[in-house]
Amino acid sequence: MNQRRFAWIVPAVYILLLMTPIYWLVSMSFKTNLEITTRFTLFPEGFTLDNYAKVFGDDRWRAVFANSLMYVSLNTVISVLVALPAAYAFSRYKFFGDKHLFFWLLTNRMAPAAVFTLPFFQLYSAFGLFDTHIAVALAHCLFNVPLAVWILEGFMSGVPREIDETAYIDGYSFPAFFVKIFMPMIASGIGVAAFFCFMFSWVEYLIADALARNAVVPITTRLQALSQASGTDWGVLAAAGSLTLIPGAIVIWFVRNYIAKGFALGRV
Amino acid sequence: MKPVNQKAWFLVTPVLVLVALSAVIPLMTVVNYSVQYVGSTGRFAWVGDEWYREVLHNEKFWNALWRNLVFSGIILAIQIPLGVFIALNMPRKGWGVPACLVLMSLPLLVPWYVVGMIWQMFGRVDIGLMGVMLRDFGYNYEGDPMDAWFTLILMDVWHWTSLVALLAYAGLVSIPDAYYQAARIDGASKWSVFRHIQLPRMARVLTIAILLRFMDSFMIFTEPFAVIAGGDPVFLSTELKQTVELGQKAAMSIIYFLIILALSWVFYAVMTRNDGEGGRKNVRGGEA
Repeated sequence: MNQRRFAWIVPAVYILLLMTPIYWLVSMSFKTNLEITTRFTLFPEGFTLDNYAKVFGDDRWRAVFANSLMYVSLNTVISVLVALPAAYAFSRYKFFGDKHLFFWLLTNRMAPAAVFTLPFFQLYSAFGLFDTHIAVALAHCLFNVPLAVWILEGFMSGVPREIDETAYIDGYSFPAFFVKIFMPMIASGIGVAAFFCFMFSWVEYLIADALARNAVVPITTRLQALSQASGTDWGVLAAAGSLTLIPGAIVIWFVRNYIAKGFALGRV
Repeated sequence: MKPVNQKAWFLVTPVLVLVALSAVIPLMTVVNYSVQYVGSTGRFAWVGDEWYREVLHNEKFWNALWRNLVFSGIILAIQIPLGVFIALNMPRKGWGVPACLVLMSLPLLVPWYVVGMIWQMFGRVDIGLMGVMLRDFGYNYEGDPMDAWFTLILMDVWHWTSLVALLAYAGLVSIPDAYYQAARIDGASKWSVFRHIQLPRMARVLTIAILLRFMDSFMIFTEPFAVIAGGDPVFLSTELKQTVELGQKAAMSIIYFLIILALSWVFYAVMTRNDGEGGRKNVRGGEA
């Protein structure tokens, strides 16, 4: 493996380039607005935590972070719970229309969000759910449920069917087998599916923005409103933007070894 | 072979109900609008395929579609080879593996609006690191459309190349060491190892990478919206969002959706064909 001695340079340079824009955001969050707009400094000269103090001290900022985390968590729980039995059905049985159903689910993962914003608004208004956490959580099921089914089906198909058959012979009922034996066996798959649901709900902007406007404002909607207003407070925007990176960074640590398998829909 | 069991329908019913609620009903609403004219008083009038003809004769729609295809083509041409190249050089063991995986995944977890915001700040010629460095070369994304394109492509490469690299890496680590040993005994060159061992084992995950990247770049809205705030409609999603007339918006949505549907079908056909070819020796081997 002589030729691989210098291979580390490639990922090192790539990661360095990836981190540069993120560094710029974070470094701006520690600068005063005066320094941002009047001087060009690679490192914050007048290092300040004021921007973060402003974010944490403002009820509206605290509320938008809570709102986003709330609908993202709701969506993750709903998506994984309904996807588990469906993924089991797809991985273990043939049934009437199974291939068409699977394809139809896929089309929803590929559906452009821009197509759905208007009808979503009307649908959830009709049910009196507009501007609630649950509306955004349900709407994000559009792409997260198909994704969760795909990922879980991939992981479940890696478990030999003999396990199921042995459990049934031993007298387990389906629910007991599923919860006590099967779910622990695909625990990593459940973790990965939950991670991807969390991630895609957390990064989504268009639908969340269309369905939650006044009472429940998502974090990105507030960022959008402030970044396109005149007299932008860059320091506070950069601080709030930096804080949105933290939930992703935390959850990614737990699934670091499975993330690629998840993106491959469980089919590496 | 999987046993036939119609009771499996009970297991998929929750998904069916939930996705029907969040996909079929809204989609039918859109179909309904696309064949009607909505008057100012909220009255509806049947207009048949008029909106569809209007969209298909609309130059702005074709321009947006064309720009979208060019954009997807460019980013695929950059991200796929670059992602594979990075994956080939990633460490296979030791502390470098989790470090690479976590750091490289980070851009994927940034909210899409914040991705646009980061690049808006990073590229600004007055306050951004990249903007200031390229300022002397006449770079200004707010004034020059070509610079705006350059920024959008660079942003997408920054945002999504890691996805390709991670998928390619997952394919590479699934290759048993014995393959490499056999190649070494045969005195195979680095290129022929890549061509005959590594590339075939990556084929499946690279198919997923290409199609995911194509579809997602085809639907892109949020990130360019954040970078070029209030600018001209660039892509299909932007064009759609800025169309005011309800019927026209709906007809455009349906056409857009049909394009996506056709592409999804290709994706599905390719994926299931690979299923039959023994590309699933590792995970799904039990069924083959």
